[in-house]
Amino acid sequence: MTEIGLGHYLTLGAIIFSIGIIGIFLNRKNIIVILMSIELILLAVNINLVAFSIFLGDLAGQVFTLFILTVAAAEAAIGLAIIVVYYRNSGTIRVEEIDKLKG
Amino acid sequence: MIAHAIFFYLFSLIAIVSAVMVTASKNTVHSVFFLILDFISISCLFIMIGAEFLGMIMLIVYVGAVAVLFLFVVMMLNVAQQKNQWFASEQSSGHIPVGLIIGTVIFFELIIVIGGWKYKPDLFDLNNSMTDFNLSNTHSIGQILYTDYIHVFQISGMILLVAMVGAIVLTYRKREGVKTQSYLKQISRERSEGVQIVEVETNKGVKIDD
Repeated sequence: MTEIGLGHYLTLGAIIFSIGIIGIFLNRKNIIVILMSIELILLAVNINLVAFSIFLGDLAGQVFTLFILTVAAAEAAIGLAIIVVYYRNSGTIRVEEIDKLKG
Repeated sequence: MIAHAIFFYLFSLIAIVSAVMVTASKNTVHSVFFLILDFISISCLFIMIGAEFLGMIMLIVYVGAVAVLFLFVVMMLNVAQQKNQWFASEQSSGHIPVGLIIGTVIFFELIIVIGGWKYKPDLFDLNNSMTDFNLSNTHSIGQILYTDYIHVFQISGMILLVAMVGAIVLTYRKREGVKTQSYLKQISRERSEGVQIVEVETNKGVKIDD
């Protein structure tokens, strides 16, 4: 219990990953919170990569965490820009009302 | 070692509680603040297990850039209609059990994988690792980032460039009634259209713009 090993970090990553998934499913009102849940999922992946990298002594995991960080920043910027444009065009960002593709 | 365990449990408890609050809190601004708390506690964990560079980068990039960007957008859009309600939608609440089932199934699958994993016995032998313990974490990351992963590094730079251009192009709009400089018009001005020589008669004055 007091010896913190690889399994503890992987369990923490699994918990945060599942919270992100549940957050995406349960959220029906707000599209910004969905983007934040995606950030949580990427954070869980980062925890896994860093834990493996430290406990197995291979630095490639930390390098890939750096790249995931880059992609997460780019994704947040593009996603928020799309949300701003959508709000400007249609006046709403509520998830239930974004149904133009329903046909 | 006991202090390490105590701090691990403390930071991970904060991280999990704030991750729940990100998805559950009604106010979106509170969600962003809980996201910042989550990032900070995870970066504390990273620093604690020896990935100092990534912990600090995480603080700078996530807390300093991404979370502040979220905060900007949340405050720019209409906050009143961003109320986040899990259970308040009366007409359609069928998605709640589905989401809970999928989330718990994924969680237990991950736990089964983690718990049932048999590691190779020589996996934790640190002698076969590539890390040099005389160097700092930042130094050794730089040594492999700029040699083995240089192409991936440059491609990630291109990704950031494309994201920046895309965000600007998406949100750019031409507005009417804004006075701006036209460089082309300024440069292509000739003397003949700029200057006019007028003979001024005595006691009459001169009238321009007729």
